[in-house]
Amino acid sequence: MSLINAWSTPTSVHAIRFDRVTKSFDGRRVLDRVSFDVARGKACCIMGRSGSGKSVTLKLLLGLLKPDEGEIYVNDVQIEALDSARLVEVRKTIGFLFQYSALFDSLSVAENVAFPLRRHTSMSEAEIAGSVHERLAGVGLEDELDKMPLDLSGGMRKRVGLARALALKPSILLVDEPSSGLDPITTREIDKLLIDLKSSSNTTMVVVTHNVPSARRIGDQLVVLHEGHIIAQGTAKELDQSEDEVVRQFMSSEDERAVNAIPTRSVSAIAETSVIERSHQETEVEYGVHG
Amino acid sequence: MVNSIRRFLSEAGLISAFAMRAIRVAFQSPFELREVVHQIYMVGWRSLPLVMTSGVAVGVVLSMHTRATMERFGAEALIPAALAVAMFGETAPLMTGLLVSGRAGAGIGAELGGMRVTEQIDALESLAVDSFHYLAVTRIIACMIALPVLTTVMNFSGLIGGFLAETAISNVSLRIYFHQAFAGIGFINYVLPTLKTVVFGFIIGTVSSYLGYTTTGGSEGIGRASTRSVVFSSMVLIVINVLLVRIIFLLFPGGAL
Repeated sequence: MSLINAWSTPTSVHAIRFDRVTKSFDGRRVLDRVSFDVARGKACCIMGRSGSGKSVTLKLLLGLLKPDEGEIYVNDVQIEALDSARLVEVRKTIGFLFQYSALFDSLSVAENVAFPLRRHTSMSEAEIAGSVHERLAGVGLEDELDKMPLDLSGGMRKRVGLARALALKPSILLVDEPSSGLDPITTREIDKLLIDLKSSSNTTMVVVTHNVPSARRIGDQLVVLHEGHIIAQGTAKELDQSEDEVVRQFMSSEDERAVNAIPTRSVSAIAETSVIERSHQETEVEYGVHG
Repeated sequence: MVNSIRRFLSEAGLISAFAMRAIRVAFQSPFELREVVHQIYMVGWRSLPLVMTSGVAVGVVLSMHTRATMERFGAEALIPAALAVAMFGETAPLMTGLLVSGRAGAGIGAELGGMRVTEQIDALESLAVDSFHYLAVTRIIACMIALPVLTTVMNFSGLIGGFLAETAISNVSLRIYFHQAFAGIGFINYVLPTLKTVVFGFIIGTVSSYLGYTTTGGSEGIGRASTRSVVFSSMVLIVINVLLVRIIFLLFPGGAL
């Protein structure tokens, strides 16, 4: 399949490219002509207040949502133009770590990690068991194989989620709020896992977060989203020098509460939860067109 | 009032679209056979105790009613046949449909709703699995296979209940009882009503999968999806049943006993 060849011989240095992407929910523009690139093997942290469209960016990258306008490229493949069969092929090269891990709670820890291997590889059960053990050892959970997700702490679940996201050795990892619901020490542990992963496997990462210290640790490149627009992007050092009031408030804030206290420029901002909720409905509609 | 009618109609339209899509996707590979078998276990096997107990109880009650009527005409010998006709023809299919829509419908609505709210459905998609096929279509197929089997189980449970009630009064033997019961049973009052439950299974599976799959609004949404799955699927099932019975009688006039 030509698509697979395109991945094995990447032509551009960018693993991910957003080109003037616009996305609205109920007439409210969550993303307004947003453009940014992520170079292969680099980590990009997208920051912003709740409701600034951060999570929507990840769902667009995975093809769970479709942009109203603009183009999105993943490994040089234009994602929103793909039919469902080709989308499946692209998704196999992308790992996704969800905000609350989204482990399948009817399956054990080992079965969760084995799930993508069983679906998409022709590995034998013994090979799968070996691979699962290896992935879980990578996140320090090789002794929890038979536990059920609901018996684990938030931090452990996150690590299992990471092991599952990495099961198929994706070239791109998308991470939604790695620190949400975790204490600062566990947050650092997760950050360290992500940093180690980047240096050891050359995985491209897009991390959505409103935890600025965490973004400073992980990101080679930071993008600040505010009311649908990118108001700043660059290294942490570059952003520290920014003249923009919002960016400066952002970069100087140490926890997420401070970030959410940054005033809005308009009154249109609404809570992120309702955006996610709407994005689910939207997802459903678009599957309908697509599948 | 107008608004709620409009909402109901638009919901009905969306469920129909969901059903059409399920039929189309069901024939696309991968067929998810493992998951279908697992769901047959969850929907079918796990409903067995409920269906069997209800079947025996209903058989006992129906038998007592039948005896009260038949005794007046001195037609006690017809009690097993009358019970079997009532049980096989309408009581068992409809009761099984309602019981399963209560048990499995609520379960499917809540399970898929929970998966939606906790992003497990998005997680399936992110792992390159067609969540619609994997979750909804498999459950619909499982309901369609489980219901006729469960209906047959209820038929026989009902007869056993009837036998227990009869033998306590008249000491009839099991062999004679079943012989008399099956005298009145044939294609029209066994095969057709049982096949009818395949449609019930389709309704239960589709409605509850739809409501679970499209859940919004956190844990409250899950509760709502679960309740509405039962209400919607039992309501649709009872109404469609009228239509199905009419069609059966139209095609096979001999069915009117």
